Amino acid sequence: MNFKALTAIAALMVAAPALTFADPDNDTLTINGEEMVTKAPLPAHLEDSMLTEIMSGWHFRNDDTQAMQMDDFDNPGMLAVEDAAAAWDTVEGTAGKSCASCHENVEDSMKGVRAVYPKWNEKAGEVRTLAMQINNCRTENMGAEPYKYDSGPMAAMEALITVQSRGMPVDVAIDGPVADTWEKGKEIYYTRFGQLELSCASCHEQNYGNMIRADHLSQGQINGFPTYRLKNAKLNTVHGRFKGCVRDTRAETFSPGSPEFVALELYVASRGNGLSVEGPSVRN
Amino acid sequence: MKFATLTLAASLIAGAAAADVVAPGDVKMDEYGAVAESLTGQPGNAAEGEKVMTTRSLGNCVACHQVTALEYAPFHGNVGPSLDGVGDRWNEAELRGIVVNAKKTYDGTVMPSYYRANVDGYIRPGNAYTGKAADDSFGPLLTAQQIEDVVAFLSTLKE
Ligand code: HEC
Ligand code: HEC
Ligand code: HEC
Repeated sequence: MNFKALTAIAALMVAAPALTFADPDNDTLTINGEEMVTKAPLPAHLEDSMLTEIMSGWHFRNDDTQAMQMDDFDNPGMLAVEDAAAAWDTVEGTAGKSCASCHENVEDSMKGVRAVYPKWNEKAGEVRTLAMQINNCRTENMGAEPYKYDSGPMAAMEALITVQSRGMPVDVAIDGPVADTWEKGKEIYYTRFGQLELSCASCHEQNYGNMIRADHLSQGQINGFPTYRLKNAKLNTVHGRFKGCVRDTRAETFSPGSPEFVALELYVASRGNGLSVEGPSVRN
Repeated sequence: MKFATLTLAASLIAGAAAADVVAPGDVKMDEYGAVAESLTGQPGNAAEGEKVMTTRSLGNCVACHQVTALEYAPFHGNVGPSLDGVGDRWNEAELRGIVVNAKKTYDGTVMPSYYRANVDGYIRPGNAYTGKAADDSFGPLLTAQQIEDVVAFLSTLKE
């Protein structure tokens, strides 16, 4: 009830002033009454980019889509979170364990986790995305089958874990053992792929705020992932989105979970350092 | 004048077989990115060019450009400049050059090259929008005739 009331007030407060065509708006995102940081100062490592400020993709969506993300009762992505909460307690695999067997309460054990992923795993000597870590626990710790990398159950489990970090600033490390992977991700970000010869930067750095056909281009941030898209009516993973964007340049895409996309995810996540973790967000 | 003569010459050989089509690799572009010679030896058809510009699977030019004359086709983007009056700003050879390979006119532009065929010139070229690798069917984004049609349409965009 409380949340509803707060959201209603927030909705009134954001009645938007007239904007020039296609600019990102200045609305304020509250989720269940809690205010999110959706515009933040440029991280130091982006100083040689064309950006002056970083912004959540939420600012580029229309008011109706924006509103759906402001209250968990209206956010269709939250249904998947409920499914994942059940999966969290479900014993699977040869070890006879569930996630809860080792991590107990997801609210406590997973708080802050999403905000720092992808991150270095010392034991394995590799950069791990949240999806890789989830699958690693399934195969190594539970003796269960891995989820398909960009599947519904994976997106749902990521969403459950993400919700526990909502409102916390994205804070992905880019130096030390991950530095090489980060550089590789940066190189991919600026590579002009496919027959249309477009890089991520062509659309999301050079042209955010502009319209490409009916689409309002955002900065392509991933602080809102996983994302519920009205277009396909399901939760979408980061790598699923990357795949679609690369395909749209008439290129041969990389596969979800590939080393290229893992590196790209690390790099793109770091471009959002300072924005609030927002997922599961709602987009069109 | 020179163009008029060329066009006249072109119409004289109208009906000539596709053998006269300039292949993507043989297009003669000057140092400023202009292509003087028609790619087909045939005059372009502006009405067909209009279709190419608005059709998603063809030129899809309105994805990036606003064109007042094409307002009936919904959702014009603004990644590129409005093309209103473009027929005054550029002559036919220059317009042809921009559509063939805009990167020669505008260094580093995001505008795609519509008449470049060599698979080797691209990074991870795909098979259209399937996300799969390019195969033997890989060719330029538009045919020579479609380029001529688009150029004919652009030439009509005068203030
Ligand atoms: C048998 C014990 C066990 C089970 C069962 C288990 N995990 Fe884990 N999990 C661990 C351990 C141990 C770590 C620390 C991993 C490491 O550093 O390699 C961990 C780490 C994690 C992390 C990273 C936390 C961080 O701070 O970086 C996530 C996310 C995670 N597990 C999710 C899951 C999920 C989801 C499931 C169920 C599908 C699951 N785990 C099941 C033992 C388990
Ligand atoms: C041809 C233009 C184009 C290119 C190139 C492109 N994208 Fe996108 N991307 C879009 C459009 C259009 C959308 C949907 C609107 C939006 O959020 O920008 C989108 C959305 C996204 C989103 C979702 C943002 C959100 O808030 O939900 C991410 C993340 C993204 N792109 C990342 C990338 C990455 C990484 C690359 C390079 C591998 C890339 N894009 C290349 C056009 C492009
Ligand atoms: C992905 C975006 C994109 C697409 C698609 C695109 N263009 Fe462009 N176009 C541009 C940009 C950007 C410029 C401006 C050049 C620059 O500064 O990079 C431009 C410039 C032009 C110009 C010169 C405009 C002027 O005012 O001087 C013409 C003519 C043109 N485009 C025609 C076309 C045609 C015809 C098509 C389709 C067959 C097309 N464009 C498709 C982005 C695009």
